[in-house]
Amino acid sequence: MQIVLNGDSVECVAGSSVASLLVTLEVARERVAVELNAAIVPKADYEKRLLADGDKIEIVHFVGGG
Amino acid sequence: MNSADPFIIGGRKFSSRLMVGTGKYASFEQTAQALEISGAEIITVAVRRVNLDRSKESLLDYIDPQKYTLLPNTAGCYTADDAVRTCRLAREAGMSDFVKLEVLGDEKTLFPDNEELLKAARVLVAEGFTVLPYCSDDVIVCKKLEDIGCAAVMPLGAPIGSGLGIRNPYNIRIILENVKIPVIVDAGVGSASDAAIAMELGCDGVLMNTAIAGAQDPIAMAEAMKLAVIAGRLSYKAGRIPRKLYANASSPLDGMIS
Repeated sequence: MQIVLNGDSVECVAGSSVASLLVTLEVARERVAVELNAAIVPKADYEKRLLADGDKIEIVHFVGGG
Repeated sequence: MNSADPFIIGGRKFSSRLMVGTGKYASFEQTAQALEISGAEIITVAVRRVNLDRSKESLLDYIDPQKYTLLPNTAGCYTADDAVRTCRLAREAGMSDFVKLEVLGDEKTLFPDNEELLKAARVLVAEGFTVLPYCSDDVIVCKKLEDIGCAAVMPLGAPIGSGLGIRNPYNIRIILENVKIPVIVDAGVGSASDAAIAMELGCDGVLMNTAIAGAQDPIAMAEAMKLAVIAGRLSYKAGRIPRKLYANASSPLDGMIS
């Protein structure tokens, strides 16, 4: 299935959860925030939130800024 | 002095009145060093997409989030909705309610859009955020932000990154006389004397990024800013002499040889 990840259309294994996507991407969950279809996914829900075809997902973190 | 003169913001006590940004440094090592020397306890960060292609190295590999209070900003947001969305993401990423709210009106000046700023502040305060808004040096806007329930107001001294200093000290003084929450000059500082001027006016703190990161020697400038903020605060608390047009001799006139 296809998802839109940080603005790019990417292939994703069907049945992936937010947690498994982060593992695949090698992204540490403690330091990020995830938005799925414009709604925040609380960290506690990463395992149970499954991704569906066409989902828009944003993964953000802190960078240098003023 | 610091222990007797704590800086309280959002119910938390700090000893340093210098807040610094983490952008524009040559490297993460330099960022970490400048922060250390500045003595800052509150540091701003931006919220951006994780770069999935490149190195996974991040700012937080160099900065201990236990040591600093991270203040995520909404830099680059031009609407209340975008700013609120960014703050919600920041809270989830950082597990803290502190946010530096900025809603910009124009790319060239980076001046705040006060209408959108007030709108975003209302939503965020209602959602329990500790809101530190970057705003115009306008007492009416500052009073509205205070009424909404912001934890501080952060009027600009001059445009972001301009280094022009405190362009309207009288506006800052009017703000200081009319709001009860902390007043932090955010943006415009170029040199240590600018930071000292802000503190001598009676501001509770100063926030800067470019003045340090853009200096030829950012580490030395970080130290200069630390000392300037301390000196300016002490000078304010000590109470300066009145300005007089004519001289007033410092040495006694009695006992002069004749």
